[in-house]
Amino acid sequence: MLNKIYNWIDERLDITPLWRDIADHEVPEHVNPAHHFSAFVYCFGGLTFFVTVIQILSGMFLTMYYVPDIKNAWESVYYLQNEVAFGQIVRGMHHWGASLVIVMMFLHTLRVFFQGAYKKPRELNWIVGVLIFMVMMGLGFTGYLLPWDMKALFATKVGLQIAEATPIIGPAIKTLLAGHPEIVGAQTLTRFFAIHVFFLPAALLGLMAAHFLMIRKQGISGPL
Amino acid sequence: MSEKKHRVSRRQFLNYTLTGVGGFMAAGILSPMVRFALDPILKEETGQDMVAVAQVKDITTEPQRFDFKVKVKDAWYESEEPRSAWVFKDENGDIVALSPICTHLGCTVNWNGDKNNPNRFFCPCHYGLYEKDGTNVPNTPPTSPLHRYEYEIKDGTLYLGKAKPRGEA
Repeated sequence: MLNKIYNWIDERLDITPLWRDIADHEVPEHVNPAHHFSAFVYCFGGLTFFVTVIQILSGMFLTMYYVPDIKNAWESVYYLQNEVAFGQIVRGMHHWGASLVIVMMFLHTLRVFFQGAYKKPRELNWIVGVLIFMVMMGLGFTGYLLPWDMKALFATKVGLQIAEATPIIGPAIKTLLAGHPEIVGAQTLTRFFAIHVFFLPAALLGLMAAHFLMIRKQGISGPL
Repeated sequence: MSEKKHRVSRRQFLNYTLTGVGGFMAAGILSPMVRFALDPILKEETGQDMVAVAQVKDITTEPQRFDFKVKVKDAWYESEEPRSAWVFKDENGDIVALSPICTHLGCTVNWNGDKNNPNRFFCPCHYGLYEKDGTNVPNTPPTSPLHRYEYEIKDGTLYLGKAKPRGEA
């Protein structure tokens, strides 16, 4: 049945070369854990991507209930966590996944660093990777405020004070992030929400696309 | 088919196992999220408390409008929503409480709202008409009778519940 549908489409649109181009590439022996078990270190990049996909999916579902507003944010989180079926699981996936992304990304970075895989000709991919690292940190920082509990509020206050400590432009950056020179409140929450669900994910998708295109173009670095 | 004829190639076997494992993982990730999203249609319908609306002695054979408030819980938001009912005693002395919401497009109907149609409910939006018992008048926009409130009488007080289509109340 599925085969028939596929063949019907393929006959008209010739889609086979499209996915073959993505899927068919040889995995060199030195990155295959079936040959050398120590090659599991090559999995961390893929695992980062895998957890990122879970983050995007669970985040999309969470916004079905979440409200980015100082009066409703905490109550909507409390509701989706305690009254909605599997709310605890879906929010838990997003909560723990956020930490897991950072861990996986860090291990991936360590592997690339200690193997010297960032050297010529892959310097640009290292730079894009660092940008992805920063975007992920930004996602973690902005997402932390959204439940709008005391921990979130004070963590954000501390983060904003760090930004404020920047010489000369510090206060301007802080106001830009918080939406108000003194108050961490209504405007901060809506800003952080917008940054967390629209701006940073858009940047992340673009950067990841560049990251993957480059690795496909250049191939994985050779054995040590 | 004998086992010899139906040989599974190495490639096929790997395809099956990979699809199976991948499908299992995808299901594990997606099923909590899908159930989470489907929650509103699977939630049990919450009953509505009966609300005291009027004293039975005030109810006449002429429909009167009574306003009351019902407690509504919308997820984490609780509020009191205004409702009203047209209440009267029919020829058997039974109490009838009609919802004022027109079954055509949801405007509010009035008793004797149109001079040309005395003793009828009238909807000003599209000139819908209902008889006193709530039956829609043929050849006017509404296609079904006004909904009736569930009611009960305790100690001479009329309590109303949910408005339901005729036949269900």
